[in-house]
Amino acid sequence: MLIVACIKQVPDTTQVQIDPVTNTLVRDGIPFIVNPYDTHALEESLRLKDRFGCTVAAISMGPPNAEATLKKALALGVDRAILLSDRVFGGADTLATSNVLAAAIRKLHTEYDNVGLVLCGKQTIDGDTAQVGPGIASRLGYQQLTLVDKIVDLDFSAGRIRVSRKLEGRHEIVEAPLPAMLTVVRELNRPRYPKVPMRLAAAAAPVEVWNNQVLNLEEQSIGLKGSPTWVSKIFSPERATGEILGDGYADPDGTAKLLIEKLLAKDMLPL
Amino acid sequence: MAPNHTIFTMLLAASLVIFAISCWRRFSLLSLGRPEDRTDDPGRRIGEMLRYAFLQQRVLAKPFGLNHFVIFWSFLVLAIANGEFLLHGVFPGISLARLPDGIYFPLLLVLDIVSLLALAAVTIAAARRTIAPPYPEARTFEAYFILSLIAILMLAYFGINAGKIAAMTGGTLNVALTWMPVSSRVAMFVLPAEGRYVHDISWWSHAFALFAFICFLPNSKHMHILTAIPNCFLRRFEKPNTLPMEEFTPENTFGVGRVDRYTWKDLLDSFSCTECGRCQLACPASITGKPLNPRGVIHDIKVNLLENGPSLKLGGTPLKSLIGQNGEGSVCEEAIWSCTTCGACMQACPVFIEQMPKIVQLRRHLVETEATFPEELLNLFENMEGRSNPWGIAPSERTKWYSQMQVRPFEKGVTDYLFYVGCAGSFDSRNKQVTVALALLLDKAGLTWGVLGKDEKCCGDSVRRLGNEYVFDRMARENVTLFRDRGVKKVIVQCPHCFSTLKNDYRQYGIELDVIHHSELLRNLVQDGRLALNGTAGDLGVLAYHDSCYLGRHNDIYDAPRQALELATGTPPVEMGRNRENAFCCGAGGGRMWMEEHTGERINITRVKEALEQRPDTICTACPYCLTMFEDGLKDVRAETVTVRDVAEVMAEAALR
Repeated sequence: MLIVACIKQVPDTTQVQIDPVTNTLVRDGIPFIVNPYDTHALEESLRLKDRFGCTVAAISMGPPNAEATLKKALALGVDRAILLSDRVFGGADTLATSNVLAAAIRKLHTEYDNVGLVLCGKQTIDGDTAQVGPGIASRLGYQQLTLVDKIVDLDFSAGRIRVSRKLEGRHEIVEAPLPAMLTVVRELNRPRYPKVPMRLAAAAAPVEVWNNQVLNLEEQSIGLKGSPTWVSKIFSPERATGEILGDGYADPDGTAKLLIEKLLAKDMLPL
Repeated sequence: MAPNHTIFTMLLAASLVIFAISCWRRFSLLSLGRPEDRTDDPGRRIGEMLRYAFLQQRVLAKPFGLNHFVIFWSFLVLAIANGEFLLHGVFPGISLARLPDGIYFPLLLVLDIVSLLALAAVTIAAARRTIAPPYPEARTFEAYFILSLIAILMLAYFGINAGKIAAMTGGTLNVALTWMPVSSRVAMFVLPAEGRYVHDISWWSHAFALFAFICFLPNSKHMHILTAIPNCFLRRFEKPNTLPMEEFTPENTFGVGRVDRYTWKDLLDSFSCTECGRCQLACPASITGKPLNPRGVIHDIKVNLLENGPSLKLGGTPLKSLIGQNGEGSVCEEAIWSCTTCGACMQACPVFIEQMPKIVQLRRHLVETEATFPEELLNLFENMEGRSNPWGIAPSERTKWYSQMQVRPFEKGVTDYLFYVGCAGSFDSRNKQVTVALALLLDKAGLTWGVLGKDEKCCGDSVRRLGNEYVFDRMARENVTLFRDRGVKKVIVQCPHCFSTLKNDYRQYGIELDVIHHSELLRNLVQDGRLALNGTAGDLGVLAYHDSCYLGRHNDIYDAPRQALELATGTPPVEMGRNRENAFCCGAGGGRMWMEEHTGERINITRVKEALEQRPDTICTACPYCLTMFEDGLKDVRAETVTVRDVAEVMAEAALR
């Protein structure tokens, strides 16, 4: 039984700034991290490995430097780490991305008897579309279970999974046949911390790189050419400028009073 | 029964065999430990040994230490009498009486009086243990047994002599009365005819007590009689918080997860502990009801070693795990995480046992090999690794504190000093005020200084004390490279944790930085007349100073902040009950800053209450962690009229008005 965790290298958004002139993300010198939601998908895969003895493969589509992300996955304990990297994959939107990821999972399907589960984060923090996971499920014809915060029951032999979905203000328990694609939320688990011996082993372990010669996809379905959507502009909405009221350090009571008066004047206090 | 030299010799031989086997059984276990060199600077080692082992400087630091001093020196002096007794028992021809009278008589006097002193000291010790023990569990059979043996030896010594004296007449009696005042007074209760019986009973009692002592010694905590002196000789000269580096190669193990991963010296420490309990009485975790007890950790290491030793010697695996809740012989995880690495235990130990580094080694194992630690630390570790600060704030925010003022980047040849602001000074809103105050003072004093701005990285103190040596190693290497590339030599810091890490820990990475803490720098600047004070910062009222562990105990800086405060306010700061070497931690060291404190009373509350006993208007700190802990603690005890100020802020009040 194989479990696939899809992970993505994203810029550390707390450190991303937008170039005021060109309105594009300034990515120079910004460190990359594993998309935080994906770390929970990865963790759940590893927990299933611990529980059922499955094999876990982590796959990621990205430029060659995304290898670092897969090294982290290796340090956490995945059995295989595969980087889907090719110039022709570049510039992909969510449709083209899910085509590539689905093709890789399909290939893994031929290597292993069975791909039981594909796990993705609910969305990435750079694109925020939440479309790639469902896209993979549609391409592969897998059941799609989004926003999973708990795997309630999993029976590989009966080929069924039951999960809890975290919706606004409620939870939904859903059962589906396998194979299934899950997108997961943070509440699902607490990611583990890499052990040093595993980090050292990961540093020496290979990351497999699959390019389009391996996947053999038509150019019309991948990269820029396979992407019907594109970003025309990125900008930060202008922020209203604030003002500093009084001296909170010297006169906390007076400052609080000042603040309340301001809020009352603007009718911003529910009275 | 009269003394029988054949039986005596046989019993002595048997005792010595037991003694030798017992010693071998324990000392051979030391070879299980990893190698470590403790022979550098032998001259200094001998000096320290004389000072601490023979003159008992640390033992005497506590009032009751005098009693131990008496027992220790009695033991050494009476070794003459006991040596004679043993030799005489085997070879009846050997006797001190063969010495010339001019030496023999005074010697008798010394032995007589010293025996009485020893008897008094062990009686006092037993009484103390019964009435007011150092800690309740100190009333052990073992302790009373050894005290009783010593008392029996002394009483028997008097008995032997009194038995002889009772039968004496004339000139010899006069000699005895003069040179053996104690024994001759005991002899007054002995009839001449009973003299022989008293002598014989005493002689055998003395013999058996001595044999029991010999057999019992190497199997008990009283083994410290053999190990304490070497332990002082082998003490660590490195700063206590600077742990050995680890080499990150796949075949290595990381930290200590089983007892044989400690070094031989660590294991010797466990045999040197006589369970006096001074460490636990100084330990902030023990005092506030955490499951950590430094004495207990050392004891558990010993028990674990004794239990696992035989199996480990044969190349087997440990039968009892070192970490866990398996009772005696294993240390529970909560205890391991309770340590603030304040170093009070090591400061208190009379024989230089190194408790704190052993705890950090256990942490290393938990973090690096097991990846198990309190959940609050996961964020910390990831923030440190990802963004090189504990909060995970974007590094670009390091420049925000000087958005309103002119600050230069550090540039070799242009700026003399690097002002290494530190994470708290860069990101924490309260501590940023300290940073600004210090920056203004540096400018006023005309120093040329610069910062690294967004390129500054965390020093890695917390991760190292928390046992995440792997991440620390990477952070240290990055910093050392950065400092080298930028040509940094002189560094100003406002955080004692940065101070200690840059100054002591980074030396392991081959860089000798001239690091100066702001309290020292400011004092020097005022004393040299470079920083003029306009007025005195008098309106701060009664000002109490709290010693930071990493500035004080770990780096011996006690006077500079006090002098700086005196220069600024005109009066020396008020001292808290526990101060300087004995100061009580604020609770934030050792990475505890980033952890919850659920068990017992909070350490900062305990310290705040102690500070409030002096009725201060202002509590002064020299460390960002202490500042935070005191402000939080004062809020908790609703003493918000008391303010907390850093040394730099007090100085700024006096210099910038």
